[in-house]
Amino acid sequence: MRHTISLLVENKFGVLARIAGLFSARGYNIASLAVSETLDPQTSYMTIVVEAKDAKILEQIKKQLNKLIDVITVTDYTKKGHIDRELILAKVKYAAKDKARLENIFNKYVGKIIQHKGEAAIIEAVGDQAQIKSLLEELNKCGVQELIRTGKLAISN
Amino acid sequence: MKGSEILLESLKREGVEVIFGYPGGQVLPIFDSLFDSDIRFILTRHEQGAAHAADGYARATGKAGVCLATSGPGATNLVTGIANAYMDSIPMVAITGQVKSFLIGNDAFQEADVTGITRPITKHNYLVKDVKDLARIIREAFYIATTGRPGPVLIDIPSDIQMMDADFHWPKDIRIRSYNPTLFGHPGQIKKAARLITAARKPIIYAGGGVISSGAHQELKMLAEKLNAPLTWTLMGIGAFPATHELSLGMLGMHGTAYANHAIMESDLIIAVGARFDDRVTGRLDAFAPYAKIIHIDVDPSSISKNVSVHIPIVGDARNILIELLKDIKKAPNTGEWLKTVEGWKKKYPLTYKDDAKLKPQYVVEQIYEVTKGGAIITTEVGQNQMWAAQWYKYTLPRTFISSGGLGTMGFGLPAAMGVKAGCPGKTVFDIAGDGSIQMNIQELMTCAANKINVKVAILNNGYLGMVRQWQELFYKRRYSQVEITSPDFVKLAESYGCLGIRVTKKEEVRPALEKAIAADNTVLIDFRVEPEENVFPMVPAGQAINQFIGGLA
Repeated sequence: MRHTISLLVENKFGVLARIAGLFSARGYNIASLAVSETLDPQTSYMTIVVEAKDAKILEQIKKQLNKLIDVITVTDYTKKGHIDRELILAKVKYAAKDKARLENIFNKYVGKIIQHKGEAAIIEAVGDQAQIKSLLEELNKCGVQELIRTGKLAISN
Repeated sequence: MKGSEILLESLKREGVEVIFGYPGGQVLPIFDSLFDSDIRFILTRHEQGAAHAADGYARATGKAGVCLATSGPGATNLVTGIANAYMDSIPMVAITGQVKSFLIGNDAFQEADVTGITRPITKHNYLVKDVKDLARIIREAFYIATTGRPGPVLIDIPSDIQMMDADFHWPKDIRIRSYNPTLFGHPGQIKKAARLITAARKPIIYAGGGVISSGAHQELKMLAEKLNAPLTWTLMGIGAFPATHELSLGMLGMHGTAYANHAIMESDLIIAVGARFDDRVTGRLDAFAPYAKIIHIDVDPSSISKNVSVHIPIVGDARNILIELLKDIKKAPNTGEWLKTVEGWKKKYPLTYKDDAKLKPQYVVEQIYEVTKGGAIITTEVGQNQMWAAQWYKYTLPRTFISSGGLGTMGFGLPAAMGVKAGCPGKTVFDIAGDGSIQMNIQELMTCAANKINVKVAILNNGYLGMVRQWQELFYKRRYSQVEITSPDFVKLAESYGCLGIRVTKKEEVRPALEKAIAADNTVLIDFRVEPEENVFPMVPAGQAINQFIGGLA
């Protein structure tokens, strides 16, 4: 099962390597990972989506992360209110006949066509996991050539 | 002050008396400053020896051990020793030189990404990028190494940083916002534990290395006596409780006593103190202690419910928690029947070996106990020698059994003994070794001789890599594959290092040889030519429930 956790960490070199190393050394899986500086430039915020087959493993992941000296706090969003979003960039086929279809899609989702050249368009979209999933299903009907995702970002509410 | 001087001044302020290490190109400034320092430096013959010596020093004294090596190969040679200290939660500070900061990443001569390499085997590590941070980093390193669940911390110092000037500023106190080990147990949890203890009928105390590192051995004894409950220990917990005590069951697990394993399997309450339910202890997990509720006291939250599910976890320092727990236990459980049952197992399945006219390794260990009157500090290598040393010497004090538990590092015992002796010069220190293991760091005999660090090495020489041979005998149809090991003439070898060498081939020579070794003002190596195919029993095969013994007399 996938769980979203966030880490507030010291913004020092090597911290990401410590966290990534912990996951690989202990055989845990990262489904997605997003990192950036916070309002305080001395700290960074990471949103990690982890695969954990049971609650015991999730517990271990959190405890092991907490043990790292550079990790300030670990927040598990499994049972905690939060808002999450993901940004995607995609190259989709963009023939004249697709135009109406794409515009139709973006009436339902938060996103837009950023540019189009010849037979392809680059689009951006933002949404929660369910929205991104159904958006991708619809985009696939047009033909997605390339897809880049940020991974999930989460903030408590 | 130059960076190298800041380093040594900081070590002095941390109370460091001795550094084990080896010089090299990227630590030249440090060694130049060492020339004027009054900190004792012990030049080992291999950096691995330095790391194990620092580890042995830490285990025997309770203070952080310090080792020092140059960049690249010097640092990578420390790696096994650091991993060893990490697995056994030993406070250690490893200092390595690094190529000049502007060369890092350029594949410079003797460059290795040492903070990268040691990240998974240190509690924390640092690459010093600014000389102004150096004193603070050293302060933090010692603080992290010695508090909470102890462990090794590595500081990698580029050589240009060692030469740079900065004002010496020693931070008054240390605060790391992201590191706050829990010291005191949750009072509610402790009260719950106390109630569970009173209600128990078949309680057993299971003590690990955490009792020793927190200095909780007296409180542990008070607990056992208050509850009148039997007590067993892990390899790391040896010495946490006197083996001569009537409530003692000895070690449990794969090579534990049969009665300890039966007792834990039949118990209705396990009080685990500073132990981590390692696979060598639990055997088959789903069959482990089926009737028992578990109280788990540990300073490391990640140790709790990692392997077995625990009913009452109490996170904190073992000593602090035991003090509170002792206050909260209003009524001791009724353990009369239980102790009778346990006593029955002790009679039915005693720890034993066939003591005949042959020279048996167990006999040698027993004689070391007799001759030293239990007053020695024992280090071990890894394998059969280690298990016999654990089984046949009665340890009564903490920090007297020094052994590589988690990592199982052959070659640990001799350099560790050296570190122990450097820290406890008044003690007789024995390395109980095998003929295989001793050859992994034999070069440290020279360090012992050169520095007049008089340790005694008892090689239980059976001509085999004995533990592997035992497994091949029992589980691989006696197909002995690469376990016969030849050795040099250990007596001549000892002599060539300037040590005393003694060979013992007969049982009656054991005692005189040991007496001679202890009396000698020198490092002594005794080559005991023991029975070649003696096995360590009892034994629980890997993956079996721990009351399923094979072979032997158990």
